Amino acid sequence: MPAPAERRIIFKHIDEPGYTPDLACYLRHGGYAILRKALAMAPAAIIDEVKKSGLRGRGGAGFGCGLKWSLVDRKSGKPIYLVVNADESEPGTFKDRYIIHQDPHQLLEGIMVSSWANNVRQAYIYIRGEFPHGARILEKAIAEARAANLVGPNVLGSGYSCEIYVHRGAGAYICGEETGLIESLEGKRPYPRIKPPYFPAVLGLYQCPTIVNNVETLCHVKHIVDVGGEEFAKIGTPGNTGTRVLCVSGHVRRPGYFEFEVGRITLGQLLHEVCGGPLPGRTFKAIIPGGSSAKVLRWGETFTLKNKDGSTRTLAVEDIPMDFDTLAACGTMGGSGGVIVMDDSVNMVEALANINAFYAHESCGQCTPCREGSLWMKKITTRMVHGQARAEDGALLLGVADQIAGRTICAFGEACSWPTQSFLAKFGDEFRAYPGTKATPRPESVPLA
Amino acid sequence: MNLKPETLQRIEEVIPHYPVARSAVLPLLHLIQEDAGYISAEAAEWVAARLGLQPINVLEVVTFYPMFRQQPIGRRHIKVCRTLSCALRGGYQTCATFEEEFKVHRGEVSADGEVTIEFVECLASCGTAPVVMIDDDLHENVDCARARELSARLRAEAAARR
Repeated sequence: MPAPAERRIIFKHIDEPGYTPDLACYLRHGGYAILRKALAMAPAAIIDEVKKSGLRGRGGAGFGCGLKWSLVDRKSGKPIYLVVNADESEPGTFKDRYIIHQDPHQLLEGIMVSSWANNVRQAYIYIRGEFPHGARILEKAIAEARAANLVGPNVLGSGYSCEIYVHRGAGAYICGEETGLIESLEGKRPYPRIKPPYFPAVLGLYQCPTIVNNVETLCHVKHIVDVGGEEFAKIGTPGNTGTRVLCVSGHVRRPGYFEFEVGRITLGQLLHEVCGGPLPGRTFKAIIPGGSSAKVLRWGETFTLKNKDGSTRTLAVEDIPMDFDTLAACGTMGGSGGVIVMDDSVNMVEALANINAFYAHESCGQCTPCREGSLWMKKITTRMVHGQARAEDGALLLGVADQIAGRTICAFGEACSWPTQSFLAKFGDEFRAYPGTKATPRPESVPLA
Repeated sequence: MNLKPETLQRIEEVIPHYPVARSAVLPLLHLIQEDAGYISAEAAEWVAARLGLQPINVLEVVTFYPMFRQQPIGRRHIKVCRTLSCALRGGYQTCATFEEEFKVHRGEVSADGEVTIEFVECLASCGTAPVVMIDDDLHENVDCARARELSARLRAEAAARR
């Protein structure tokens, strides 16, 4: 079956010739009309539309956006904050970069609509430190929008006031975790908070109710208010609504970003038709479907999944629809939409050594299992690729990983152990067969660690 | 503390963005690092005093976040992405090329003080791997040939300055 056509809603104007990030261009394209529409609606009605839309968060966890908003403590009397997670750091993910750099007003409009819906008077965009131009572009866009009375006091004469500020991170992956992000925004080390009691919806920024939403998620809110929740829910597949930007990197002929209705395209269609298939003379070997934390899939494997009526069906890896639920049923996740492709030139020990180095570097160090475990997994895989592999290393790695997941304050514990667990489960042979002496040359591929 | 007047002005502008002054620690450190090149012990103490914090409250931030540094670096900062998508497309060779071009190891400053090369984690541009940031600018699809071109350009810019 041929791949469906891209459906660009969020990325409609990305890479469009002549489209510029300034307010005038955005207004020429109908910009801020939806903010006007939203301000004429009751906030509760907007939340209702978002609930009806079925929108799931695009940052990684896929949590229902409307549900997240409905958990906000609105009776505390404290201010409610909106924090935009623009800390795009999950390896393999590069979608928010283009929204921020090329279409910043789309994000600002989404923020303003969401802020109005949730009675937010102050919103912060937490942008990763490695996007210095992005931060400046957003600051300029906010200044333009403020001058045009689209942000700031008495927005469009509605009596509603809301400020947006840009806050730059400084290179720490853990700031993508929402409570770590909040700590960082408070000027501290980004040690994630323990839940309960620190659910951001109740005890977030400055111990006030706080909504933390991903950039792409907030852009979707704008479009939900545009077409209505029910119409939006018709896009995509049931339970996996809307479009989603998929980022493909690694060993394909045409890597890049593509926006499809969620669940309408399969992994095979994406990689073969959209991305042009494997590099010349190569075949696919392994796919990480949702950012580097997602469990790896082996090209060629099949899954037995349960249908709703209790019967089972068999699904080949290339036939997996790129939605939240099927990927979860296949033991991995849609995560942040970052698809990393590895071909048959890759040795999986080397690839895991690369990933483990990332997580060891990025563990915040707060919980012992993660701080020590991520470091030891890195030490073991680094030793392996430098000619000191031992027969028992695979089992040793697994033993470490199994003692991290589920034993930490935040999901980084899972994020750092899932690669090791899944690489061992799917490619254990390569770990057992890895050359163990310096005299034996490393596998022939580009160095990964 | 010897900060430029515009840095001091921007510091005073950013503090009121937050209801709690401590939130301004990261923005202030960014502004000072852009001005002075690094965060000295004196700077950390200055930030603490300005925001009504203990020096340790600032120092623990400086030492945690990879982008803050406590010593000067080369005039130009080359950051090569190390993470998986870039590595699959040759990021390690790209980094090695810069090291050869400037005769300096990653994490060190070249003898003439011109460049610092750093191997950093994911820069979120995996579709155009391997990627490199030189100061604030992203460079995409930087294979070894492109790394040599960029190195030549940096050397020419350094020569023009002298």
